[in-house]
Amino acid sequence: MRLATAANEVYRASLAVSELLGCKQCGGGRGQDEELGIRIPRTLGHGPSRFIPEKEILQVGSEDTQMHALFADSFAALGRLDNITLVMVFHPQYLESFLKTQHYLLQMDGPLPLHFRHYIGIMAAARHQCSYLVNLHVNDFLHVGGDPKWLNGLENAPQKLQNLGELNKVLAHRPWLITKEHIEGLLKAEEHSWSLAELVHAVVLLTHYHSLASFTFGCGISPEIHCDGGHTFRPPSVSNYCICDITNGNHSVDEMQVNSAGNVSVSDSFFEVEALMEKMRQLQECRDEEEASQEEMASRFEIEKRESMFVFSSDDEEVTPARDVSRHFEDTSYGYKDFSRHGMHVPTFRVQDYCWEDHGYSLVNRLYPDVGQLIDEKFHIAYNLTYNTMAMHKDVDTSMLRRAIWNYIHCMFGIRYDDYDYGEINQLLDRSFKVYIKTVVCTPEKVTKRMYDSFWRQFKHSEKVHVNLLLIEARMQAELLYALRAITRYMT
Amino acid sequence: MEKMSRVTTALGGSALTGRTMHCHLDAPANAISVCRDAAQVVVAGRSIFKIYAIEEEQFVEKLNLRVGRKPSLNLSCADVVWHQMDENLLATAATNGVVVTWNLGRPSRNKQDQLFTEHKRTVNKVCFHPTEAHVLLSGSQDGFMKCFDLRRKDSVSTFSGQSESVRDVQFSIRDYFTFASTFENGNVQLWDIRRPDRCERMFTAHNGPVFCCDWHPEDRGWLATGGRDKMVKVWDMTTHRAKEVHCVQTIASVARVKWRPECRHHLATCSMMVDHNIYVWDVRRPFVPAAMFEEHRDVTTGIAWRHPHDSSFLLSGSKDSTLCQHLFRDASQPVERANPEGLCYGLFGDLAFAAKESLVATESGRKPYAGDRRHPIFFKRKLDPAEPFAGLASSALSVFEMEPGSGNMSWFVDTAERYALAGRPLAELCDHNAKVARELGRNQVAQTWTMLRIIYCSPGLVPTTNLNHSMGKGSSCGLPLMNSFNLKDMAPGLGSETRLDRSKGDTRSDTVLLDSSATLITNEDNEETEGSDVPADYLLGDVEGEEDELYLLDPEHAHSEEPEYVLPQEAFPLRHEIVDTPPGPEHLQDKADSPHVSGSEADAASLAPVDSSSSLISVSHALYDSRLPPDFFSALVCDMLRFYAEQGDVQMAVSVLIVLGERVRKDIDEQTQVGDRVGGGPPWSSCAPSTAPAPRTPGAGESPRCAATLPPAPPAPQEHWYTSYIDLLQRFCLWNVSNQVVKLSTSRAVSCLNQASTTLHVNCSHCKRPMSSRGWVCDRCHRCASMCAVCHHVVKGLFVWCQGCSHGGHLQHIMKWLEGSSHCPAGCGHLCEYS
Repeated sequence: MRLATAANEVYRASLAVSELLGCKQCGGGRGQDEELGIRIPRTLGHGPSRFIPEKEILQVGSEDTQMHALFADSFAALGRLDNITLVMVFHPQYLESFLKTQHYLLQMDGPLPLHFRHYIGIMAAARHQCSYLVNLHVNDFLHVGGDPKWLNGLENAPQKLQNLGELNKVLAHRPWLITKEHIEGLLKAEEHSWSLAELVHAVVLLTHYHSLASFTFGCGISPEIHCDGGHTFRPPSVSNYCICDITNGNHSVDEMQVNSAGNVSVSDSFFEVEALMEKMRQLQECRDEEEASQEEMASRFEIEKRESMFVFSSDDEEVTPARDVSRHFEDTSYGYKDFSRHGMHVPTFRVQDYCWEDHGYSLVNRLYPDVGQLIDEKFHIAYNLTYNTMAMHKDVDTSMLRRAIWNYIHCMFGIRYDDYDYGEINQLLDRSFKVYIKTVVCTPEKVTKRMYDSFWRQFKHSEKVHVNLLLIEARMQAELLYALRAITRYMT
Repeated sequence: MEKMSRVTTALGGSALTGRTMHCHLDAPANAISVCRDAAQVVVAGRSIFKIYAIEEEQFVEKLNLRVGRKPSLNLSCADVVWHQMDENLLATAATNGVVVTWNLGRPSRNKQDQLFTEHKRTVNKVCFHPTEAHVLLSGSQDGFMKCFDLRRKDSVSTFSGQSESVRDVQFSIRDYFTFASTFENGNVQLWDIRRPDRCERMFTAHNGPVFCCDWHPEDRGWLATGGRDKMVKVWDMTTHRAKEVHCVQTIASVARVKWRPECRHHLATCSMMVDHNIYVWDVRRPFVPAAMFEEHRDVTTGIAWRHPHDSSFLLSGSKDSTLCQHLFRDASQPVERANPEGLCYGLFGDLAFAAKESLVATESGRKPYAGDRRHPIFFKRKLDPAEPFAGLASSALSVFEMEPGSGNMSWFVDTAERYALAGRPLAELCDHNAKVARELGRNQVAQTWTMLRIIYCSPGLVPTTNLNHSMGKGSSCGLPLMNSFNLKDMAPGLGSETRLDRSKGDTRSDTVLLDSSATLITNEDNEETEGSDVPADYLLGDVEGEEDELYLLDPEHAHSEEPEYVLPQEAFPLRHEIVDTPPGPEHLQDKADSPHVSGSEADAASLAPVDSSSSLISVSHALYDSRLPPDFFSALVCDMLRFYAEQGDVQMAVSVLIVLGERVRKDIDEQTQVGDRVGGGPPWSSCAPSTAPAPRTPGAGESPRCAATLPPAPPAPQEHWYTSYIDLLQRFCLWNVSNQVVKLSTSRAVSCLNQASTTLHVNCSHCKRPMSSRGWVCDRCHRCASMCAVCHHVVKGLFVWCQGCSHGGHLQHIMKWLEGSSHCPAGCGHLCEYS
């Protein structure tokens, strides 16, 4: 396994080199490989992400020292350099914290045994039918000595893990429904019961992988070369393509697609950015002047909450999950249901009454030492990350925009900030962006390249990845808040 | 002004009265505040804002300030404060960022007075100036603090916390212009209200958010802060740099802290999460709360002392929707439940004993733990001047000293340093250690080592014993000579210990005899070894080192094929005989061990002559006694180890454990269950099969068989010995030895001791930044960091550096340099300390 991935790295690195050198060189190299008579898997030419052209993504070998150190750490910890890392490295500061947290969750001291951790990761990722993460963790799970039988489905796993299935389901799709009864059910299940520390570990893992699944779909992460769908054995010569041809070809195709599909003229999207900035400026200035009445403020949240459920990618075609993934979870029909639809009235979650900084952190750190600190750092970095740029503009204070995105996501989960004017969200986030956010956060498996391309057309890919980081961290925090609140209620 | 306020708030003759009581609120409270008349309290929360009158027996709702048709977020209070000079004036901080003032003197139902909507985020805290009637301060999540003059419509000045959220603001009680603010990033700032541009002083008080602070009501410079890191710290702000004077570690993040009136060192805290109790701490006694109130069923969100000059009434509001009045006399006092006695051994056997003074006084004649069974020692009792523990609980400390000389532990240090624990064949190790022990005058230990060597170092045990049996039976008459075991003067566990005096084997004729035969045998043996699987060097070692000890018994080994071997029952009677016989010549014992392996059948002939000599036969008897398969002795050895451990000599126990390795490890546990297997006899047959192959694996190598047949469970007593020994070693600063012991230990729990905290964080000596990825090259300045500051060469090998300035170099160079100078050799001006 490790060898294979290491080879993969070398291979990738040589790819990068060969691209520099041009096709002829590259073709020559290929020929030599074949002479050995070994079937060598090849990447399917997408690069780490299907949404982001490969040339936009940092090539291994050309990174600066900080990134290099990150790659080295990542490789040392995981034995691979996965595509998620390659995409996240757009934001090295965040990546560092992310890797540290993930490493701690999966490999360092903790209440759960190693194979449980990976299995929980599989369970969580499978909820969103994220075959990418499932495949990765199936490998890891076997690597740490997990029982292959468990992989045939949740019903083959120990009762203890099966009990977790319900929490996983609710947490992934409708976290606001978590009650202390859920917690109690897990903690008091005779010989299959969880301890509080184990439960917190499991909850952190579940939320981590739910949101990571969002990232995987949101950024269109390609399968790893050693996983299904990540490689082909077809010799490049057959199709008369060299890898570099394929990638180059892809770029042009991408661009054409964007132009034709979106049919957006450059000036059009340019105005988009301008308009957004103008709105931010206005909001900044007007804020003090026109005071919305209290009632209005309150209703704005409700409106936003209600609207968020209509914001949906029109087509409701049911995607049937690939078989191998679906066996890891039951009740496939259980999906995201809008907060206030279906007549269920759930009281709004007020951040001022239960927030991460004051309450969640203390609880996590108490039951699973150090993790609270790590997650806290990660939230902070994600929330405060900015380069003060917007598309082609520099020195922009984007805090308002970031806050709007963050609060919009929390709003979708029914979490309300008393001190936020939800009218701002409508001003700053346009429809296509909302569609994207909502899809990534709630039903990541339905994200399409069209959605990715159609929001913020003038923005750089790194900025779209940045948005994704905000999305996944906000989602993780929202899920954590609900789960931890239930645990707190159970404890008191 | 100050004086005046004091006068007005002083208790008007009649002391406060009341009892511990609580009342139910309709909704969870977020904060409470007391009116200066101490008769009313205001409770504020997300959906509650009421004033209660505190009466003798109960709380009575006096006023509901939440009026109006629709609930407004302006009424969702995060904090509330009652003006300490004006009974009609209140201020609340709303979660939506509005600061509201209330005037109870207004005739209408709605008492709302003014509305300040300047903050963009939740306001966490509001605070009135203690003496100025119109000044209000607020701190908000948006990172700003604003000062309002209630006569004006908007803020007078704004203080920026650099976009860090403000969690608490408090006016200094004594400094008219000063206020303190605490931040989410762990900082505390001190501001002058006249200078909004920059703070007077800033320091990092906590790791993580500082949730609260409180100025000491009397001590002008003291500020208490509480943070998410579960600490309460008391800072002395009068000095140039804020100095931490006290620190209390609580069990949960600290949400509120309030100094107790009239008690200089007391403060009350409540926590943000998990823990529902209110604690009153004496800051000088940071480990046990002085008092504890346990009424609440959910986290306490607000605490207030009822009157600024009365120390016994505490009010609290909680998320469980209750308002409580606690009486100090009703508090539970954990101190009373604590065990106030402490006992500790010093390194040299001194014993310190601390107890409540009263206890010691009444029983001063008692010598509590003087009865150390290990050393019959006389204790001198010396009473230290009882350390007054802050006048709280004074305890007396007694120190019992060892009599001079008797506590000398140099033998321990010497032994630890000189013992060889690994790296050589077992026999050599035993001999070496015996020698060390003897040189230190510890004869019993020395003999134990020798015995161990005898027991474990003879190859071919089983076959030989087998033979010996038959021989022993035939020639039991020859025995008397041999029995030199004097069990009587040994401790029970050491029954088999014998006095060995190998170097002078010549004193007795029989020894001589034996010697000769021994040499004979060994010679033969050498020849034999070629064919056998015994490592030659091992045998040779034995032969050269201590010929007199090797004795061999084994003649017909030819038939001694392992499968056939069954220990005859007669073994036991024989053994007992020996045990009972009076101590004989001491030198002979050594003969007991017989190192000759006869793996091949060919030796039968060559050994025949040996058998013929009667002395040899007797030897074989001796052998026979001690010559049973090592497993036979393991119980004895375990007893011996336990004996040493019980005596307190864990050093011996651990050293033997390490040296013997797998040979005994498994038995120690086992033996606890089958304690008297040796005496009982019957289990023999059951264990014989498994022991049969043992002789094939002599020497220092572990016998894998043991691991296979008896998976060694990590035995608790062993771990205990290891940890005690390691602890002792470390207290004597024998780091290398202790590390070696950790490394050699076979117990998982012990051997991972040196796997913890193995990371060394270093700074680059050039740029002073931490070097994250590699320890030798700095990422930033791309220079090799391990340059010697004296000779400017790269240090290979031992590198010593100052933790203060990161400069360092070759050990010798630095040592030399520091003889002449106390400054850093790099010239950075740092006064380095290399110790």
